[in-house]
Amino acid sequence: MAFLRDKDKTVIQTRFEELVNPVTVVNFTQELECQFCRETRQLMEEVADLSKKLKLQVHNFQVDKEEAKKYSIDKIPATVIVGKKDYGIRFFGIPSGYEFGNLIEAIIMVSKGDSGLEPETRDALSKLHDPVHLQVFVTPT
Amino acid sequence: MQLAHKFALESDRVVADMVEVTEFPHLGQRYGVMGVPKTVANEVSVAEGAVPEQYLLANIQAVMKKTGRS
Repeated sequence: MAFLRDKDKTVIQTRFEELVNPVTVVNFTQELECQFCRETRQLMEEVADLSKKLKLQVHNFQVDKEEAKKYSIDKIPATVIVGKKDYGIRFFGIPSGYEFGNLIEAIIMVSKGDSGLEPETRDALSKLHDPVHLQVFVTPT
Repeated sequence: MQLAHKFALESDRVVADMVEVTEFPHLGQRYGVMGVPKTVANEVSVAEGAVPEQYLLANIQAVMKKTGRS
């Protein structure tokens, strides 16, 4: 059974008309012993189907160790939103409810390559010299 | 849109993970997640709830300064 209703698909397709550059949705999964891996993969398949500018790449977390290392994936389900480059945007767990909206917005942002942040914030971020690992903890809503 | 993801797009130094805490309860425990969204920068809590970008930025800068990094 599909996760996205026809009504949802139409709304998302309209939002995806804003897409500029191609985006690859990179999904890390495995068949067994992973809560929501199957559901996350299916959701990403349904989302990727909604625009020709989207491509889905699925990796087996257990087998494709090189890819997991490349994207610093240490747990699954994991989804990386890659545009012209890997900007460091990851979703661990299934992005459902409010987070699903964030997934769609992240895809659009990556495609446009524009964060929309204030000039002062952009300037300050450009001056960071050392790695910053942000983790935002959320719950399904 | 997660502010953290916007920060990641803007800076090559920033990686931003959305973590669904009910799927990874050990991380919720490790970082003492009582309410969401909770944002952690390099192992230090920097925001609880939705916050303005200036607030998140200032707290990240404070963490980097405290850890002797920019």
